[in-house]
Amino acid sequence: MNWGVIVFPGSNCDRDAAYVLTESLGQRVDLIWHQETSLNGKDAIVLPGGFSYGDYLRSGAVAQFSPIMAAVKDFARDGGIVLGICNGFQILLEMGLLPGTMRPNVGLSFVCKDVWVKVENADTPFTRAYKSGQVIRLPIAHAEGNYYADPVTVSSLRANAQIVFRYCEADGTPTERANPNGSLDNVAGIQNAAGNVLGLMPHPERGAESILGNEDGRLLFHSLINAVPVRESVQESTKKSRKDDERYRIIAVTQPDGDR
Amino acid sequence: MKAKIYITLKAGIVDPQGRAIQQSLATLGFSTVNDVRVGKFLEIEVNEENPAEAETQIKAMCEKLLTNTVIEEYRYELETLPLVKP
Repeated sequence: MNWGVIVFPGSNCDRDAAYVLTESLGQRVDLIWHQETSLNGKDAIVLPGGFSYGDYLRSGAVAQFSPIMAAVKDFARDGGIVLGICNGFQILLEMGLLPGTMRPNVGLSFVCKDVWVKVENADTPFTRAYKSGQVIRLPIAHAEGNYYADPVTVSSLRANAQIVFRYCEADGTPTERANPNGSLDNVAGIQNAAGNVLGLMPHPERGAESILGNEDGRLLFHSLINAVPVRESVQESTKKSRKDDERYRIIAVTQPDGDR
Repeated sequence: MKAKIYITLKAGIVDPQGRAIQQSLATLGFSTVNDVRVGKFLEIEVNEENPAEAETQIKAMCEKLLTNTVIEEYRYELETLPLVKP
């Protein structure tokens, strides 16, 4: 598969996502600078975590109007796979590609820790490698992950099984104690009604290699990959020391260090 | 024209910042504080002579970018500025 990872000023998980996809899963990845206007025929798009535009105004508010986002919107409307992680989720909400919004965490703290997450819907392109109801461990790192939507939206999310991930205890029970940010209904990730756009606050790309002590996130990317065989050994391929530029292409008219 | 825009959380939306400030004020002895709501204040200068047109633009800015209409609401005041001639 041919992936595009969008890079905004302030993104900081773009390389992590590209690394997992290329080194761990043998995918082809382009890092696409936000000033670009075309996705050039990608199969799937990742909006990475970070602090696009310094979270000015609201998380994701400014990034939604970056030049590349018109192309991302069209891509999503045409059924293209779009995965938003953390700040990427916040951007998808701001764009209206996913319903609802994020509020500051209850307690106002930036929460950075591993949490238990239950796969509520394993019948999606993003989760089909998981078992339904599977409890996985993923890291979170955010200050605004307190999901909110009006009651009508929430009931339609529930009715269409659009709540894909929920914060839970180790046994899968979604308790208030297991909810790290006050998120409505313990929501950790949702998809759109069409099922091609997913946003989640936990970071699957930070838990996708055994050498890092957690592989639970790997299955999310694996789910999206159809025909491309997965490389057997991660360690084997990472032995070779290569520069980023050789690992994945960086697509930008202006270099990321230039015009912002 | 100059617009002063006030963005606040809708009634019923929990405001953890406001709550924290309220608790801090109570600690300081301000026992009369019933509620604190935190919002945003923006001043925007628009190079537009016609007040109706300026207002249309300000409203569009609020709807498209400045407020998150799911949980926030806005109000604004318009002031006449000496027009900037390009």
